[in-house]
Amino acid sequence: MIYWLLFYEFFKVGLFAIGGGLVTIPFLFDLAETYPWFTTEELSNMIAVSESTPGPLGVNMAVYAGYKTAGIAGAFCAVTGLTFPSVVIIIVIARFLSRYSKDERVRSVLSGIRPAVLALILMAGAEVGKLSLTTWLNAALFVLFFVIIRKFRFSPILYIVIAAGVGMVLKL
Amino acid sequence: MFRLFLTFFKIGLFTFGGGYAMLPLLQDEIVRRNRWASDEELMDYYSVGQCTPGIIAVNVATFIGYKLHGWFGGVMATVAIILPSFIIICLIASILLRFMHNTWLIHAFAGIRIVVAALIFNTLIDMWRKGVNGIFGYIVFALTLGGLLCLNLSAIWAVIAAGCAGFLYAYTRRRLQK
Repeated sequence: MIYWLLFYEFFKVGLFAIGGGLVTIPFLFDLAETYPWFTTEELSNMIAVSESTPGPLGVNMAVYAGYKTAGIAGAFCAVTGLTFPSVVIIIVIARFLSRYSKDERVRSVLSGIRPAVLALILMAGAEVGKLSLTTWLNAALFVLFFVIIRKFRFSPILYIVIAAGVGMVLKL
Repeated sequence: MFRLFLTFFKIGLFTFGGGYAMLPLLQDEIVRRNRWASDEELMDYYSVGQCTPGIIAVNVATFIGYKLHGWFGGVMATVAIILPSFIIICLIASILLRFMHNTWLIHAFAGIRIVVAALIFNTLIDMWRKGVNGIFGYIVFALTLGGLLCLNLSAIWAVIAAGCAGFLYAYTRRRLQK
């Protein structure tokens, strides 16, 4: 049954893609080769679309494949399959963490991890920067935005909307 | 509960580019506006989200939802963060190619990418003082960065190694004080 198959295959992606985002891509290429749900070419297009639409790539791909194969219900099954493992595992860990967050050993582990997470965040920022800071104009806008963001603490949503407008006006 | 749903729906709608692009929005909505979690907790959620299966955005949403309203809150936050993608992708699934070649949208997204990079760096600076304490923090940060850049270290191993280092550091320090 197609609904079950969609759920099952994306469940496996959700269970084994540790690290999120780009890690799901090889799994999705496997799916493209095994099933007639989407081609590798469509997957490449989808990676580009995901960069410019809201939401995580894995979720977008699951919705796209599910929708194309079996309509809205198919999209629903694929997304449920993808997120099910995360939700269950995180709820278990959250329980553990809330109970042991005062524990000295748990705290010392977390204090080691935090600087590492900051390094990961820096790498993610650099990755986005590499994609977008391709001209001097873009680099100047980056500096300008950065200064404004540091000075006025408005919601990021406002900055995103403004940046979209600036992009259209300046034809970036 | 409604507020939780609305907040994550908003975050899902304005997150362009997945997991890390979501961080500035989370920090603004979760830490600054609603005070549902601290900067430190948010970092912990990211590190757990990084080493557990699934999509980081979903993992972090589940975490915060669970913290506020138990397992039902976890499910609600997840549904809320996925719903915008779900609707948008269903809408564009049939007109995918035409959508991609719209030049106005391409320009708009070129602008958005710049501000997303700026937002990520801004959040990084905010979190720096809380995440990096003393010499040990600087060393872990530098080593992780070096590992990521030179050795192509995967994020999971970086987090696991840093966790072990944190444990050993605290352990030896306690030993030496005795």
